[in-house]
Amino acid sequence: MSTVKLTVNGKAVAVDVEDRTLLVQLLRDHLNLTGTHVGCDTSQCGACVVHMDGKAVKSCTMLAGQADGASITTIEGIAKGDELHPMQAAFRDNHGLQCGYCTPGMIMSAIDIVHRYGGQLDEATVRHELEGNICRCTGYHNIVKAVLDAAGRMKVSQAAE
Amino acid sequence: MYQTVYRRASSVDEAVALFSKSSEAKFLAGGQTLLPVMKQRLASPSDVIDLGKIKELQGVELSGDVLTIKAGTTYFDIMQNADVKKAIPAIAYLTSVLGDPAVRYRGTIGGSIANNDPAADFPAALLALGATVKTNKRSITADDFFQGLFTTALEDGELITAVSFPVPAKAGYEKMRHPASRFALTGVFVAQTKSGEVRVAATGASQSGVMRVPAIETALKANWSPSAIDSVSISASNLLADIHGTAEYRANLIKVMAQRAVAAAR
Repeated sequence: MSTVKLTVNGKAVAVDVEDRTLLVQLLRDHLNLTGTHVGCDTSQCGACVVHMDGKAVKSCTMLAGQADGASITTIEGIAKGDELHPMQAAFRDNHGLQCGYCTPGMIMSAIDIVHRYGGQLDEATVRHELEGNICRCTGYHNIVKAVLDAAGRMKVSQAAE
Repeated sequence: MYQTVYRRASSVDEAVALFSKSSEAKFLAGGQTLLPVMKQRLASPSDVIDLGKIKELQGVELSGDVLTIKAGTTYFDIMQNADVKKAIPAIAYLTSVLGDPAVRYRGTIGGSIANNDPAADFPAALLALGATVKTNKRSITADDFFQGLFTTALEDGELITAVSFPVPAKAGYEKMRHPASRFALTGVFVAQTKSGEVRVAATGASQSGVMRVPAIETALKANWSPSAIDSVSISASNLLADIHGTAEYRANLIKVMAQRAVAAAR
């Protein structure tokens, strides 16, 4: 057992876990943040994507210990109170989900994509960049629309800040 | 995943010392291969020694005609690095088509070559560019380093610290990506050294891992152009065959990917 100290959605936490604990298990089983999903458990589907120090990583492919000292943001940490994050709002408005299982990972990856590309996103880039996130319902069309829509909204909200 | 002990090293010396104190330790770099393998219970190290916080394993240096990438540098950092893009753009490109964005944030060049997966991308770059692998003990040429499927010249507890690439006159890489795993169904790296030598390496093709392709090297040495490869014949014997492609299919892919790589070479 080890104590892992990290910041999750802005709150400092210290969690005693077995050394073999994955980051996603720490989030789901120890902190009850079950918005982060486990889909494939083989690093392919992206349902478990969270941000570690601002970068989108697969939390099923990291030991909790590797996140010691890091700042983690999960899907639960991106809305401001009742106000959805622009990416969440765009997924809702564009019907960017059906069953919703992949959605938390899609949204966390998509925010990372918008941050990396700023305003320079087009459909082909979004499709290419989403290759680490698998959706079995939508055929991706509305997800891509949502990301492009959100990219515009995030630019506007950054400009307003 | 089986029970294991997690240890974090803050220097190369500490990592090596921790390794020697454990019964069956594994070094953990980005973990994008080791952790999935541990989750499948195909590996059960007594200890994992995390290299992720070792500063001396991070970074890229361009000094004259040698580009050195430290072993713990992530794919993302390699892909973005101005010296890599300037000196060997084919490496920046190879890194940009490796895995997916989340994997590229975590995976490292050292982890890739230490594992030596027969379909990994970086072994082809090292072999074609005539790179040198630096460890905590010695320097090993790429020709000597890769020794077959998942096998390298590394001794127990020996740690890769960096890879040095001679800057080539031209180099290019192209692969047929497996659509699910993003591994190379077959990938070919072509390089023309500043002294005029031509080296070509294929990954994902051979049953014995990354390999040079002498027939294509000879053709390109005589005439550096995609059409020079038209008449080359590649034998399918000893090539991989699986549900994704026959040995004959891969033999043809070696030619096609080599042609595309030459066309893309800068």
